[in-house]
Amino acid sequence: MKETEISKHTISVLVDNEAGVLARVIGLFSGRGYNIESLTVAEVDAHTHESRITVVTSGTPMVIEQIKAQLARLVPVHKVNDLTLSGPCVERELALIKVIASGEKRVESLRIADIFKARAVDATNNSFVYEIIGSPEKIDAFIKLMEPLGLSEISRTGVAAISRGTLTM
Amino acid sequence: MAERILNGSEVVLQALADQGVEVVFGYPGGAVLPLYDEIFKQNRIRHVLVRHEQAAVHAAEGYARSTGKVGVVLVTSGPGATNAVTGLTDALMDSIPVICLTGQVPTHLIGNDAFQEADTTGITRPCTKHNYLVKDPGKLARTMHEAFHVASSGRPGPVVIDLPKDILVGKAPYLEPSQVQHRTYNPVVKGDRGQIEEALEMLASAKKPILYCGGGVINSGEQACKLLNEFTRTTGIPITLTLMGLGAYPSSDKQHLGMLGMHGTYEANMAMHDCDVMFAVGARFDDRVTGNLDFFAPGSKKVQIDIDPSSINKNVAVDIGIVGDIAHVLEDMIKIWKAKQYKINAEALDGWWKEIEGWREKHCLSYKQPKDIIKPQHVIRRVHALTRDRKTYITTDVGQHQMWAAQHFGFEHPHEWMTSGGLGTMGYGMPAALGVQVAHPEATVVCFTGDASIMMNIQECATMTQYRLPIKTVILNNRYMGMVRQWQQLLHGSRYSESYSETLPDFVKLSEAFGFTGLKCDNPADLDDAIAKMLEIDGPVILDVAVDDKENCYPMIPSGKPHNEMLLAQDSNGDEAIDSDEGMVLV
Repeated sequence: MKETEISKHTISVLVDNEAGVLARVIGLFSGRGYNIESLTVAEVDAHTHESRITVVTSGTPMVIEQIKAQLARLVPVHKVNDLTLSGPCVERELALIKVIASGEKRVESLRIADIFKARAVDATNNSFVYEIIGSPEKIDAFIKLMEPLGLSEISRTGVAAISRGTLTM
Repeated sequence: MAERILNGSEVVLQALADQGVEVVFGYPGGAVLPLYDEIFKQNRIRHVLVRHEQAAVHAAEGYARSTGKVGVVLVTSGPGATNAVTGLTDALMDSIPVICLTGQVPTHLIGNDAFQEADTTGITRPCTKHNYLVKDPGKLARTMHEAFHVASSGRPGPVVIDLPKDILVGKAPYLEPSQVQHRTYNPVVKGDRGQIEEALEMLASAKKPILYCGGGVINSGEQACKLLNEFTRTTGIPITLTLMGLGAYPSSDKQHLGMLGMHGTYEANMAMHDCDVMFAVGARFDDRVTGNLDFFAPGSKKVQIDIDPSSINKNVAVDIGIVGDIAHVLEDMIKIWKAKQYKINAEALDGWWKEIEGWREKHCLSYKQPKDIIKPQHVIRRVHALTRDRKTYITTDVGQHQMWAAQHFGFEHPHEWMTSGGLGTMGYGMPAALGVQVAHPEATVVCFTGDASIMMNIQECATMTQYRLPIKTVILNNRYMGMVRQWQQLLHGSRYSESYSETLPDFVKLSEAFGFTGLKCDNPADLDDAIAKMLEIDGPVILDVAVDDKENCYPMIPSGKPHNEMLLAQDSNGDEAIDSDEGMVLV
C-alpha cells in the first residue's frame, strides 16, 4: 500500500474497566488529531473487569501504526488488535431508525424493512421504529432508502467486531 | 502477613520511604494538611518548600535528571495542581520520572465545585504518563507503588496521584512494594536479536555511518552511556548528540561531532544529511533535530532503538525499529558485533572522516571576543574553563543562552546537564538547579539564564536562601528575549515586537534583598575575576553579565530548511533576513 493512501481500520482494544479509561482513549485521538469514525465500549469480563473498545479509524499506514502504538502504551491497556490486518473479521452494528409516515410511504418502508430483515420494534398509527443489525454499509443502505419515506431520527451503536475462525485476541 | 492498618497520610509517607524517597519538593495547602502534619512528625523524608508549584516540579525534574532517581512533588488541590501542569508537561516531553502528589477535596465533594477543587486527573491526563484518583483507601498503597513503577520504567515520565482529603485522614491498609505487581504495564527491555543482527550487518556494509543519540541513552543509565562509549570506539564511527543527549558521550572525544539540529554544529548536520546508515539511539527525530522532513538524511538507511514503540516510525520512517532498553540493546550489539566478527569498511570510513574533517574546518562555533563588549559564548566558555576542576552541574532556562550553553560548555559525563528540551519552558533553570543542589550538596551547580527567563521563576531566590543552596546563577543579560529577537530579525523584518526588556530589576540589589550576593560584570577584562569570585562565595550568587545584545545564535537551520542549508556566523553581517513566507508560519 502506498505511504500516503488513507485506509479504514477496525481496532479492538482490551482495557481495564476503570474510571477515565475511555477518556484516555478519546483524549489520545483528539489530542493527536486522529480520526474516530465509530467507537463502542462495554465490559466483556465481569470477573477481571476488562472492557473491550472497538474503534474504527482511518489514516495512512504510518498513522495507523502510530495509533496502535499510542494505544498500547496507555497504562490500563492490555491488548491492541488491528482486525483489518489480522485476517477476516465480522463487523456488526445495531441501529434504531424512526420513520414517520402514512399511507403508501408507510407501507413501502415496511416492505423495504422486510427485505433488509429489519424489525419494527415500535409502531403508532403514523410511525415505526425499525431495529436493524448488520454491517455499517448495510445500515447506510437502509437509511438511504428510508430517507424519502419519512426518516426522522437515527440512533446507531457503532461497530462491534471480532475476528473470524479460531483466532482470538 | 498481617495487614498493617495506618491512616492514609501514614500510608503515603511509608510508601515514599519504602520507595527510597529522601526528599519531596512541595507547597502546602488545605487539602494536603494531613500529609504535611505527617511530614512534621517524621524525619525520614525531607521537605523542600518552594515558592510556586511549577518550581516544585522543575526542582523534582532537576533532582531526577541529576541522580537517575524519581523526583517527588507534593502540592495542594485546585491552584496547587493547576500550577504544576507546566512542570508536568515539561517532564512528559523530556521523559523525566516524577511523582506528583496532589491534594483533592474530600470524595463526597468531588464534582460540586468545592473550594479549591479542580478536575486534576482530567486536566493532567494529557500531560502525564499516567494518573490516578484514589477513591478507595484499600487501593492507596497499591497505587503509590504502582505509580513509582510506571514513572520509572519503560520510557520514564510524570505520574499524578490525586488524593482526596478523606482518604488521607481515614484508615487504610499498607502493602510493601514487593506485594504489588502491575497487571498490564511491563515494558519490553530486551531487543529482538534478529533485528539487531540485521542492523549490525547494515552497519558493517555502510560507507558513511553515523550514530545519532538522545536523552534515552541517559535515561537508560550510566551503564548505557558506558556501552555507547564502547560501541562507538569499537566501530570508530562518528557520533552526534541531541540537546537532551549531551553528556552521554564525552564532548572532548574526536569521534564526537557536537550537537546536531537547529543550532547544532555544521559538521554534525552535514554528516547527518550525507550519511548512508544512521543509528538513532534513544532519540525521537524531533522537528528541532530533523529540519525539513522531506530532505532529512535523504540517502540513508535508518535503524532506531527506543524503549517506546510509539517513538518508532512516528516522524521518520525507519528501516529497522528495535524496541528495547538502550543498555540491553547496546550490550547485545557489542556481543554480536564481536561474536560475528563484523568489521566496518575501513577504507570507506577513512574517506568519510576526511569529509567530516573538511566540515570541521569551518569552525562553526568560533567567535571573536572584542575588548569592549562581552560575547555571550565567551561567558559560557570561561565558566566551563574555570569549573573544570570541580564536579559541576549545569541547568539552563530557554532561549539563546540555552543554545550557547549547549554548544560551548563541554559535557563529559551524563546527568550533569539539565535543560528544558521538548517543552522549552522559560523559568525551568533556577528551580531545576534547586533540585540538583539538594541532590548534590557538595557539587557546583551553575544555572545559565537570560534576563527574561530568570524573571519567570524569580521567586525561587527565596528558596535558595532558606536552604542555603549555593547555586551560581549566571545571567547572559542582553536586555532582550534574545531568541525571540533573533527570529524577529530573521523572519519578521526586524520588527522587535514586545521582545525588549524595558524594565529589568537591578539584579545585584534584588539578590541582596533576598539575602545573598549579587555581582555584575560588563567588561571583558573583568569577566574571569567575576566568575572566580562567584565560585568562591559560599552561598547563592547571581552574576549579571551584560553581553552583546546584537549577538545571534549560530549556526542555525532556519525552520523548513534541510540540514545542509545552515546559516553560519561567519557568513553573517549582523542584519541578515530570511526571505521566506513559508518560514514565518513554522515554529
